[in-house]
Amino acid sequence: MKDMGTIAVFVIVVAAVALLSSSGVTLNFLMMALYAMLMAQAWNLLGGFGGQFSFGHALFFGSGAYVQAIAQLNGGINPWLALPLAVGAAAVVGAAIGALAFRYGLKGSYFALITLAFAEVFRILALSAPFTGGGVGLMLPLRRAASNLQFDSPRGYVLLALALVTLGLLVTAWLRRSRFGARLQAVRDNEDAAQALGIDPFRIKLVACVLSGAFMGAAGAFYVQVFQYIDPGIAFGPTTSIEALLGAIVGGMGTLWGPVLGALALQALSELTRNLFGALPGINMVIYGAVLVLIVMFMPRGIAGLGLSVRTAWKRRGGNDHG
Amino acid sequence: MYSFDILFPSLLNGLTTGAVYALVALGLTLIYGVLHIINFAHGAALMLAMYGVYLLRSRLGWDPYLSLPVMVAAMFAFGYALQRLIINRASHGKDENILLVTLGLAIVMENLALLTFSADTRSIDTAYTLSTVAIGPAMIALPKLIAFGGALAVAAVLLWVVRGTQLGRAIRAVAQEKQGAKLMGIDVEHAYAMSYGIGLACLGAAASFLLPAYYVNPQVGSGFVLVAFTIVVLGGMGSFSGALIGGFLIGVVESIGGLFLGDSLGQVGIYLIFIAVLLFRPRGLFGDRG
Repeated sequence: MKDMGTIAVFVIVVAAVALLSSSGVTLNFLMMALYAMLMAQAWNLLGGFGGQFSFGHALFFGSGAYVQAIAQLNGGINPWLALPLAVGAAAVVGAAIGALAFRYGLKGSYFALITLAFAEVFRILALSAPFTGGGVGLMLPLRRAASNLQFDSPRGYVLLALALVTLGLLVTAWLRRSRFGARLQAVRDNEDAAQALGIDPFRIKLVACVLSGAFMGAAGAFYVQVFQYIDPGIAFGPTTSIEALLGAIVGGMGTLWGPVLGALALQALSELTRNLFGALPGINMVIYGAVLVLIVMFMPRGIAGLGLSVRTAWKRRGGNDHG
Repeated sequence: MYSFDILFPSLLNGLTTGAVYALVALGLTLIYGVLHIINFAHGAALMLAMYGVYLLRSRLGWDPYLSLPVMVAAMFAFGYALQRLIINRASHGKDENILLVTLGLAIVMENLALLTFSADTRSIDTAYTLSTVAIGPAMIALPKLIAFGGALAVAAVLLWVVRGTQLGRAIRAVAQEKQGAKLMGIDVEHAYAMSYGIGLACLGAAASFLLPAYYVNPQVGSGFVLVAFTIVVLGGMGSFSGALIGGFLIGVVESIGGLFLGDSLGQVGIYLIFIAVLLFRPRGLFGDRG
């Protein structure tokens, strides 16, 4: 129940900033931060709670993004209705990849490799398939209206992203409390022992992969609505996969607030980088890569882990944490 | 419908490309066999080595084959330091940390190259870049033929180091049983760093053989590295002969696949083989452990 309280505070604070602020810079920052949080949350469901490190989460992102775009362009479907389709498609891709990988017992490096390989296959197929617009990409016609899921100001997108991130928080909070979540973490910590206790690791990991894929697909659909554009490199390229895993790892894997904190910190960092170095190509990724190495080296439990160890140290010194 | 005159050159072409793939894969398989990690920074390291060869040529006018010993030594030192100072320290004894650290290193290297050299594709020009040799009905580029011989020579040297030297004994001991090796007085950290260094040194050689007939840009490594992963898995993780045969096999499949399906779909073929092998034969085609 404590989780519900903090989630409510988070929603109220972010919504208040979104509704009261009229600064385009603030709203844009908030929009991109929430978008990054959504990707980090998606990765965290499978990587943090399930211990299955995907290096190809762009696979789900791109599937969601292309379905969102193609449903509107070729199917004439309203974007609000396309959104669940996009999420569903990404979940189906998650189910297919998860079923393949987990049925054949791939874990660790092998799972990372196969997700990476599938993302690349999808990227090359998107480059040559007839309905994806190839390397040119797909562009949505500009028609700004809330009914068309295209907002005049970033505020609308902030509220949409906030709704999705809140859903992510609720699912994550449920994972921490529920029987399913306990099973998933048991499989992560020791698959053999979990199996000996009667847990079916295949089914548990598969469900986590579907959930993770669905949220990543929502992020892809969100991207398409914000930028009205998608191409194979953005959709299935490694940058998207790296952003997703980085946010979760920097913030703290397998925690509720880790992906939120991590994505926020990274968004602030990339903003800072842009102010310091301008738009030098690659500088952002150099810093992201260095952050990944440094975090693993010095703070393997991420920002959330740091808060946790401060709290335990406080408790150990006889402090009171219940205030 | 496809005559011998078309298939034979394609086959030879595939074999020569496959030799370079094998060279990249040999380093990867050595690192996997000893450290039991997948080196995600392998492609980026190859790319750095290729820029090294390119710079030695464009700034100092060195012939790429002349720069081979320099690049092998430089990449060895780079790899030794990387393992000892960063990868080992960051791992905290956990495999998934190594996975993330090598990924982080790859991102840093690739984007530093992008910052320094821009995304432009560069190549070097030598007197023999366009020379060809006739073998039966096929015309094979001379640099590719040299790469073919060079890859076999490097593989032989590698095999000798691992099988025939004191260092190789230490490396094999550590690969099999880390604790036991430690108790026998072997410096495990040193053996790890030597293996990583030798793995990257192979890339120094590969870069020198590649560049006369190939190009370099910041992304060039990622193309090779997935192919190399495929070969390593196909040949059986940690197996040298597997990497060699796997390299030739993939080179030929790519070349003949490209002939039938066009280049970009030929690439899909490689990934599909990779995925199929991961799923159905994760021990590799020639892996002894079932």
